[in-house]
Amino acid sequence: MADTVSSADAPAMLGVKGYPAALEWTARRAEAFVIPLAALVVGMVLFSLFILAVGKSPIQLYETMWRGGFGSWFSVQNSLSRAAPLLLAALCVALPARLGLVVIGGEGAIVLGGVAAAAAGTALSGAPSFIVILVMGVAGMAAGGIWIGAVGALRHYRAVNETISSLLMAYIAIALMNQMVEGPLRDPASLNKPSTQPLADIYRIDNMPGMEVHWGLAVGVVACVLSWVLIEKTRWGFAARIAGGNVRAAQVQGLNVGSLIVGFTGLAGAFAGLAGMLEVAAVQGSANASLAAGYGYTGILVAFLARHNPLAIIPVAFLLGGIDASGGLIQRRMDLPDATVLVLQGMLFVVILFSETFYGRFKAFNPDLWKRGS
Amino acid sequence: MDATGIGLWGVPLAILGGAIRVSTPFIFVSLGEAITERSGRINLGLEGTLVFGAMSAYAVAVETSSPWLGLIAAAFAGLCFGLFHGWICKFPKVNDIAIGIALMLFGSGLAFFFGKPFIQPSAPDLPAIPFGAWSDIPQVQAALDVNVLFLIGAALAVFLWWAFRNTRAGLILRVVGDSSDAARAMGLNPTTVRLAATGIGGALAGIGGAYLSLYYPGSWTEGISSGQGLMAVALVIFARWNPLGCFAAALLFGGAGALGPALQSVGVTQGYYLFYAAPYILTLVIMIATSSPSRSLAGAPGELSITK
Repeated sequence: MADTVSSADAPAMLGVKGYPAALEWTARRAEAFVIPLAALVVGMVLFSLFILAVGKSPIQLYETMWRGGFGSWFSVQNSLSRAAPLLLAALCVALPARLGLVVIGGEGAIVLGGVAAAAAGTALSGAPSFIVILVMGVAGMAAGGIWIGAVGALRHYRAVNETISSLLMAYIAIALMNQMVEGPLRDPASLNKPSTQPLADIYRIDNMPGMEVHWGLAVGVVACVLSWVLIEKTRWGFAARIAGGNVRAAQVQGLNVGSLIVGFTGLAGAFAGLAGMLEVAAVQGSANASLAAGYGYTGILVAFLARHNPLAIIPVAFLLGGIDASGGLIQRRMDLPDATVLVLQGMLFVVILFSETFYGRFKAFNPDLWKRGS
Repeated sequence: MDATGIGLWGVPLAILGGAIRVSTPFIFVSLGEAITERSGRINLGLEGTLVFGAMSAYAVAVETSSPWLGLIAAAFAGLCFGLFHGWICKFPKVNDIAIGIALMLFGSGLAFFFGKPFIQPSAPDLPAIPFGAWSDIPQVQAALDVNVLFLIGAALAVFLWWAFRNTRAGLILRVVGDSSDAARAMGLNPTTVRLAATGIGGALAGIGGAYLSLYYPGSWTEGISSGQGLMAVALVIFARWNPLGCFAAALLFGGAGALGPALQSVGVTQGYYLFYAAPYILTLVIMIATSSPSRSLAGAPGELSITK
């Protein structure tokens, strides 16, 4: 690394290879930007070919997508609203990923978080609004945290594969929600679409000042920043990265891998549960089947696109929120099925994973392979 | 109670019939996944393959009015998905589990994209053999109406069980799955073997999908598969990569899946959604019971990332 050159006696701040240190520093970091961006472009080109093959114009498609997702203040607000739950759902994938775990059942934590929040909101109705909203948030986070924390515990203490168990638990969570919403928690007034009691207006979460986007977006951004600090700047994050690299090495160092895994998966689930609470308190007004809207699954894609870096999740969630938001317009304007955006997302996902193979392959990003400078 | 008056006997009978009906896609997906995992790869994308297979089978059956052509189309589509997974995973640092998740989303997305026009029309069914024709009781007849694919699946399970042990191909597959180095020392190319194993696994999953849309439930909808492809992956681990075990486990899972509808048919509606979750809970309980942090799984292929 460049820090082998001490700044005191190296007059021109040269890097290990004798090139300016700033250049070498940039080259090493450029890889993390250039490869994902290139993969994004390749994915979009492949999708253009797909759209051509079904007889539509890719230019018109991307133009429509731009207009539906990003082109006006109205559409940007729409995209931001969709990005809010994606931020938290992506953290549910990214945090365990730093420990080497592939958790894909965030949808279950979102759903249960929403149900728990709705139940708390109904039970406390009459209390001051800030207390109710606070308790709803805690209830949602607790439900989600326990759900995904259990996945982590099963992984560590019983060696149960977390990928499969988390997805199975997502199906179980959806069944539990249906049972609660149709049974004990059902509002008798909800006929066609069984729901819990609607929250009173004072318990709903408002939009942020000056925009049509609810406070969940700010919550999601703060959660991403805090997660980044946790991973990069605290000893727990440091320990997690060691355990993610090599569990045995971490245990030899005396790290308590079990608590790390349960803690990180629990926190990840708590974020997803919070996303469910926000859907209930800011969007739906009650818990119902709309909670299982697929944010948990799009969140997987967001996390992988961001390479599990919580700060990178913020722009990626906005991008995917915009793609999601443009689905309706594409369907109406271009007479394409609403699944068009799913195809694009799937293609991007495959290309991004494929791009992993190129890290460390390009000489331009690796000063260690450069010829020695003067 | 209904007029034919077999009363509560209807429950075990409906579970038996349901086990046979519901288990068939599990049989095909799990046998396919057993082949893939024996080669040392895991393909979680079979869920997407199942959905795409269901759609393509239905679409081709509607267009040609031949369910068998639909079945072939589904197998071919599954083969393509499997080969794609096998090809892309041969590159260094490409994670087979993550690619599987991506293909799960991609396969479903593609199926929904192309399947939109086929939600309305109805396709011809795959034929069933009425083993229950001797009985006058409609429930017995319904339970013993066995689809030919179930019988093919059962035969395939026995064949694979024999072939893994007694054929050259079976031996090659097991060597590659246990140690890439040993396979290379024998002059085998692990990448090629895994490509073939993943391709065949995909084709079988496609057939499982064809069963879903062409027999039971017998129509194409976007919610046609609810995790069967994924449960089948868990089932293979539970069955210890043994094809006969896969068959037995598939029947068990099918029975669990039939529990909710069977109870509902005799008027038990309390907790319907929880019974609906029975197969997922059963899978999870089995995974917890059969995993252990201290010993590796008996019979696990050594190269399999999921057991490391």
